[in-house]
Amino acid sequence: MTSPSRLPEPYGHDGGANLADILERVLDKGVVIAGDIRINLLDIELLTIKLRLIVASVDKAKEMGIDWWEDDPALSSGARRKELARENAELRERLAALETGRAQEESP
Amino acid sequence: MTGLRYVYAVCRPFDAALQSQLTGVAGAPPKLLHHRGLIAVVSTVPERDFAEEPLRAHLEDLDWLTATARAHQGVIDALTTVTTPLPLRLGTVFRDDSGVRMMLEAREGDFLRTLDRLTGRVEWGVKVYAESAAAESAESVESGETAQGPDAENGWVAGKAMSGRDYLRRRSQSVKERESGLRKAEDFADRLHERLASHAEDSRLHAPQSAQLSGASGRNVLNAAYLVPRAQSEEFVEIVDRTKGEMPGIRVELTGPWAAYSFAGEKP
Repeated sequence: MTSPSRLPEPYGHDGGANLADILERVLDKGVVIAGDIRINLLDIELLTIKLRLIVASVDKAKEMGIDWWEDDPALSSGARRKELARENAELRERLAALETGRAQEESP
Repeated sequence: MTGLRYVYAVCRPFDAALQSQLTGVAGAPPKLLHHRGLIAVVSTVPERDFAEEPLRAHLEDLDWLTATARAHQGVIDALTTVTTPLPLRLGTVFRDDSGVRMMLEAREGDFLRTLDRLTGRVEWGVKVYAESAAAESAESVESGETAQGPDAENGWVAGKAMSGRDYLRRRSQSVKERESGLRKAEDFADRLHERLASHAEDSRLHAPQSAQLSGASGRNVLNAAYLVPRAQSEEFVEIVDRTKGEMPGIRVELTGPWAAYSFAGEKP
């Protein structure tokens, strides 16, 4: 029997924790509650999405069937979805352009 | 200076004390706000930073966001060592304690149900990277070509370097190797995910992270979260540890234990 109190030492936590991991969780997971200061949830979502576009290799995400922008309840209204899809596509294009540029820089 | 209430998490009441040195977002110590069978973990934050307008502006500021996210995570982390917190998303702010109480009351049923589902469980993050020796050797082929001194800009034309045809052949070979390395890593990741999911109560696949933001080397082919009872965490960690070094060119990374961020929302 392992004793339940003996948890392994945290991996990659505290100061050294990967910022991408922290932002991924703190900004994007966890429970959404509208506080009574109206930090417009939509804004946070949009910001999250922008960060996610940076965080995610978007093509890979789609290959793996991750389509969070389609089923996230906070984003489920059709119009908003369309708008996001457009923004998404636009950002993806820009990302691809940047990556191509970078790849060209790196290879002789 | 007026203060607002920043809420980190909702928990069931617990006895253990939080670390005395613990500071939260904006430097204030977190405190526990009891309401019926729940507590909200809150701290006071200045209105000049956390009212609607300034907060919105801050959210665009990556440095501010980083410090705030780390502070938020610090409190959640401390809670995770003494209880099972239901972590809220960053930036949940109320005017005063009574606003927090109203929220607790309105969502009481949801919170209790979710806390029941998560109690005694933690989240482990597992990432798989394709480091692929092929990718590295491809780079060294390329950089070898360019590191030949004054003629470097002309690449393979210089000196005793290989012919253009050989160069192209080697390049296409290394591209192929890189692709097959990636495929191998993906297969490995699929199998690992299956194995880990069978040792977890629940799992989530997150979008792979780009190296630009995470700073990690290699290509992230699996970014998953697993919900594991505390009592079985040691076993879970061992399973992950055993996979390390199992396959050349593949790196497995474990993070946690996290609060169950990825499982805190309603079930999909």
